[in-house]
Amino acid sequence: MRIVFTTKGTSWESAMDPRFGRTEYFLIYDEGKDKLLHYDNRDSANDAHGAGPKTAQKLFEFSPDILITGNGPGGNATTVLEKTGVIILVGAGDMTAKEAYNAYKNGEL
Amino acid sequence: MKIAIASGKGGTGKTTLSTNLASYLAEKQDVVLIDLDVEEPNSGLFIHNDGVVQSHPVTIEDKFKMVPEWIEDKCTFCGICQKVCNFHAVIQLGKMIMVFPELCHGCYACSELCPTDALPMIPKKMGELKHIKTGQLNFVESRLLIGEEQAVPLISQTHKYIDEHFDAETIKIFDSPPGTSCPVIEATKDADFVILITEPTPFGFHDLKLAVETMKELKKKFGVVVNRYGIGNDDVVDYCEKENVPLLAKVPNDRRITELYSKGKLVYKEVPEMGKELDKIIAYLSTLKDGGLA
Repeated sequence: MRIVFTTKGTSWESAMDPRFGRTEYFLIYDEGKDKLLHYDNRDSANDAHGAGPKTAQKLFEFSPDILITGNGPGGNATTVLEKTGVIILVGAGDMTAKEAYNAYKNGEL
Repeated sequence: MKIAIASGKGGTGKTTLSTNLASYLAEKQDVVLIDLDVEEPNSGLFIHNDGVVQSHPVTIEDKFKMVPEWIEDKCTFCGICQKVCNFHAVIQLGKMIMVFPELCHGCYACSELCPTDALPMIPKKMGELKHIKTGQLNFVESRLLIGEEQAVPLISQTHKYIDEHFDAETIKIFDSPPGTSCPVIEATKDADFVILITEPTPFGFHDLKLAVETMKELKKKFGVVVNRYGIGNDDVVDYCEKENVPLLAKVPNDRRITELYSKGKLVYKEVPEMGKELDKIIAYLSTLKDGGLA
């Protein structure tokens, strides 16, 4: 499984970013290879409009199976994400990435 | 003459002033009142309800903006459209192009730069313009469809309608949107004079300063009307004196005005103090050079 987290930093200890479109970073965890990558999305702060679809387009390039985030993407981003087939899990906005991963593993999201 | 009524803060009395000033002037001459707050137009509530004279619809017309439509068969997936769109209204997902019409600003960049003409521009309804006439008062309002995010194109087309249907001498009063962002710029940019209405509170004062800076940047002639005068503090009045901003009128804080507003009624007909303040504004406008009130 390839799992993407919306985060405020680049490690497992980083706090989750509850936002989708304007998340500061993505953490990309490949369970099969046990490898953690990150993507810097901070330039989305400069987007007056359309941060959601743009971030969703970026996410598409990582071809994830699961997205773990906080509040959940908005309407436009959801339209894009539906095309990618990714499973969206919300409610992890107040956790660290590690806690969010464990919560997912325990079926709590 | 074009007079725009704007504010920084919302809820300070733009619509109250616009509808009362327009109706008051229309007792003696031809006036057109235009509601440019296309996201939530409400001037019409006061025009309909005060119908001593039966109002007649003159025009109701659909307004369109141009947005790209993707033609899959022509697309080579080169990605240029996605790169040139500043608003992320065109997104490429592998072998698919998605267009978000609500985000589109209608700049034509994707359409014009597409090497295979796979994104022709097509009209999409964004709202409606309504024009009614009651006595010497013409009333025009534009209303965005629910879900539409772009106010500017509809405001721009409403200006065009006004320029085509009324001569330069007709007094035109534009009820503008609140704030200082793009829709306000579009609503006020052609005005000969801008009335900034505020309330004498810390919030009203803060946003007035932003509105004043905006009007200075646009090189507009403007003046200030203080609404609900008597609440808050003297900061707004002191600021206007210090900055040499003309203080056109002070509308008193009066429960009767709020009650009339809540019933959708015009104020000046029942509260003489309002008429006096309107007279002060009209007297000031009459002194303006190049096309002041006759």
